[in-house]
Amino acid sequence: MTIRIKKDKTAHGLLRTVEKMADVDLNVCFQCKKCDSGCPVSNLTGAPPSEIIRRLHLGAGNELLASDLVWMCVSCETCFARCPMGIDIPSVIDALRALAVEQRTPAPEGNMPLFNRAFLKTVEIFGRTYDLGMIAAHKIGTKTYMKDAEKFPVMLKKRKIALLPPRGADRKMAKRVFDSVRRNKENQK
Amino acid sequence: MKYAYYPGCASDSTARDQHVSCTAVARALGIDLAEIAGWTCCGTTPAHQTDRVLAASLPAANLVRARKMGLDIVVTCAACYSMLKMANYEVLHHPKVREQVSEALGQDYDGSVRVRHFVEVLLEDVEIDRIRKALKHSLNGLKVACYYGCLLVRPPEVNQFDDPENPMSLDRLVTAMGGESLDWPHKVECCGGALSLTRTDVVVKLSDAVLTMARAAGADCVAVACPMCQINLDLRQSDIKKETGKDHNLPIIYITQLLGLCLGIAADELGLEKLMVSPESVVKRLT
Repeated sequence: MTIRIKKDKTAHGLLRTVEKMADVDLNVCFQCKKCDSGCPVSNLTGAPPSEIIRRLHLGAGNELLASDLVWMCVSCETCFARCPMGIDIPSVIDALRALAVEQRTPAPEGNMPLFNRAFLKTVEIFGRTYDLGMIAAHKIGTKTYMKDAEKFPVMLKKRKIALLPPRGADRKMAKRVFDSVRRNKENQK
Repeated sequence: MKYAYYPGCASDSTARDQHVSCTAVARALGIDLAEIAGWTCCGTTPAHQTDRVLAASLPAANLVRARKMGLDIVVTCAACYSMLKMANYEVLHHPKVREQVSEALGQDYDGSVRVRHFVEVLLEDVEIDRIRKALKHSLNGLKVACYYGCLLVRPPEVNQFDDPENPMSLDRLVTAMGGESLDWPHKVECCGGALSLTRTDVVVKLSDAVLTMARAAGADCVAVACPMCQINLDLRQSDIKKETGKDHNLPIIYITQLLGLCLGIAADELGLEKLMVSPESVVKRLT
């Protein structure tokens, strides 16, 4: 298969940035494609893990952040467990996710970035996840009000979704951690 | 046998059944689970998808509490397990991350607290022989597909839980309970995990593949030890039926619920009524 990489004046290779963020050496990848064989979503994605790495080798820039694998990857760690060179591919994908959010890449199908923000917001406020708050925020943001609607009554009845926010967590500690991470990020800029 | 118990957020929502069955089994076997006061969320997938230091600091906030208690930390959720293990790995291997974690927590954490899954406590500390002696009922040849999913076994150098490709921990427990643990190929395949709410289409495909294989192997039920595996395989069976017409009708039951039943604990103390696919066929097989 031929891989074509955009290389105009504005192209800015992501290889070194990703290697630094994920703490990996991607030069040791010899394209055996064992990662693709084990990847549960490789047949659903346009570019399986080995191709993401190859594109990075070849100097791919921010256009790589729009690859569907970036948000379809299920973080199952199979590629990492089976890579003969021990490359931490899930951390490479996590780095691409962080860059996609930073570069404001258009939201992917299902809007995982919004889900992550909503999830972490409840943790920052309550110290623990508050499913109802998180689901509501994600539904409003994606306008998917009716999705899984039939499941809510029975899940509430079985108390598989808590009505009230969680209590008992050290909320100050959670807030402290989030504040510190934000401060760190700003200092790096 | 005393441990610092970390219930995890799912213990108050989707996996309340795993939490109550775990604590009931612990009581029956003389395991003292002291809940960590003020425990906070491990951050799970959204944290590691967002920021590396956040992903290490959130679990570490609980590890420092366990260190103060002077106890090993015990978890039932595979995602919490993986995050806590990863936090230890990060601070032990990356001084820069350790420094940033210390700054976030306002105290240094050295990565010294031992993280255990409840299944490891059962097999390594209580041991099979003692469990077998405590059993009041048998699974009576019930065919069980033991499903480990991802985060118990991977990444292997971080988790060091059993064999990453063909784990046998749950199988050993099922065999001890008089069940037939099945040899099947999807033990460590992914159910779709964190995409449950965002890419349900992907979850339906992956969970269907796991359930189809379990049925092909002749399973009467699937035993799990992870809240994400449980909710995807159980809740999504109705969506799989809508999408593919396949009616798997397989109970997805926590290993601690199976063990609780065999220890003679009442069904309502094990949260069995919370499962979406009724486990009645499993309960009826017990002798």
